[in-house]
Amino acid sequence: MNSPERSRSLFRFAAPHNFYPLAGRLAPWFATAALVLTVAGLWLGFFVAPTDATQGEVYRVIFIHVPAAWMSMFVYLVMAFWSAVGLVMNTRLSFIMSQALAPTGAMFCFVALWTGALWGKPTWGAYWVWDARLTSQLLLLFLYFGFIALTRAIEDPRRADRAGAIIALVGAVNVPIIYFSVQWWNTLHQGASVSLNKAPSMATTMLLGMLVMAIAAWMYTIAVVLWRARSMILERERHTEWVGAVLEREAQGGRA
Amino acid sequence: MLSTFLAVLRRDLLLAWRGRADVLVTLAFFVIVVCLFPFGVGAEPNQLRAIAPGVLWVAALLACLLSLHRLFAQDHADGTLEQLLLSSEPAALWVAAKVLAFWLSTGLPVVAVAPGLALLLDLEQGALPVLVLSLALGTPILGLLGAVGAALTLGLRGGGMLLALLVLPLFVPVLIFGAGAVEAEASGTGAAAHLLLLGGGLAGALALAPWACAAALRISTD
Repeated sequence: MNSPERSRSLFRFAAPHNFYPLAGRLAPWFATAALVLTVAGLWLGFFVAPTDATQGEVYRVIFIHVPAAWMSMFVYLVMAFWSAVGLVMNTRLSFIMSQALAPTGAMFCFVALWTGALWGKPTWGAYWVWDARLTSQLLLLFLYFGFIALTRAIEDPRRADRAGAIIALVGAVNVPIIYFSVQWWNTLHQGASVSLNKAPSMATTMLLGMLVMAIAAWMYTIAVVLWRARSMILERERHTEWVGAVLEREAQGGRA
Repeated sequence: MLSTFLAVLRRDLLLAWRGRADVLVTLAFFVIVVCLFPFGVGAEPNQLRAIAPGVLWVAALLACLLSLHRLFAQDHADGTLEQLLLSSEPAALWVAAKVLAFWLSTGLPVVAVAPGLALLLDLEQGALPVLVLSLALGTPILGLLGAVGAALTLGLRGGGMLLALLVLPLFVPVLIFGAGAVEAEASGTGAAAHLLLLGGGLAGALALAPWACAAALRISTD
């Protein structure tokens, strides 16, 4: 399977049978980092950071809310990036990566909306307002759903890969348009009745807690995506020899 | 190149004319959806006047969405699509012709009927030209974006629902500017900015969507 003189270039990991063991080795490290950072971040957020002067204890939801919102937007961009790479370079792994990212992105999107609603009730007096940011986040969730539904609905993996890549790219082109149109719509309708601007300066521990949680979200995403990509590789390459060999080794208790 | 464009356009218009019952069903759907709203929200004229732009636009959007599957389904079923893809003509060209024919046979009737329905909802008469103009600029964008979705979901089980899930989030900006234009005109602030943005959106969609749609068709028929 491997050519005798293996290229030293990192591109060799674009081949699923090279990527599979690498992902298996890396994922536990990222998962451990995610766990440690989450504990540290939550400790900073819930016990070290001071109580907010205007919002009281409620503000502490930002330690989950803000990293989730960042991650949900960033994951969509990464998904579109891998889709573009897949369409241009015709690499199977790129499509696998973009499809492995989608459920995690949708999950973070939902978490951001949910925690936002929980924060909004005591702060604004309503679980939901049609604010520009909330609305575009909701539409982002719909874009994730569309991508996931399309890639799952098509049985032929080759077609599913490419169709998903196209819709991810069309979505990525539309995300800024959606954001600005929604912002315009909202300001034209009712003026800024609710402002999301935080107090001008943030306590250092608050900022630190948020950054630690953001890095934890990154580590979590990487770990989960590597694991998901591994099972997708196994599923797609199940007819090849190397997968047979890997499964046999794992059945005997060895590591892949 | 122009002859290809015209040939595909003429063929699709002829097919639409022969099957004009489909077009009438789309129109009837548009009319009925608009007429449902007074039953749902009450016949208070002030309230109807306030929601009229949004109702007309949402109904037009749904009518467009429900007819989108017709865009390629028949050609896919009888093999015409594969022949077109095999031809040496640029795919974006005949895709644009098909979308234009689709808009002329589905979008244009909706645009033509909309002012009459606006009177049912007691929309201010001065806003009627803006309503027609915003629909005339906006529905082609819906057709172009929808064509990409229709191409991607070609021949899938449950394709209709999937198509809605794919394209409805993309339709939101068009809805905002389309309904916004009518509302701005009715409230006296002027609709120029909204209409210019719709025009810009149409130019952008015309430039990009036929290529994306052609690529999607190649993937779906592979």
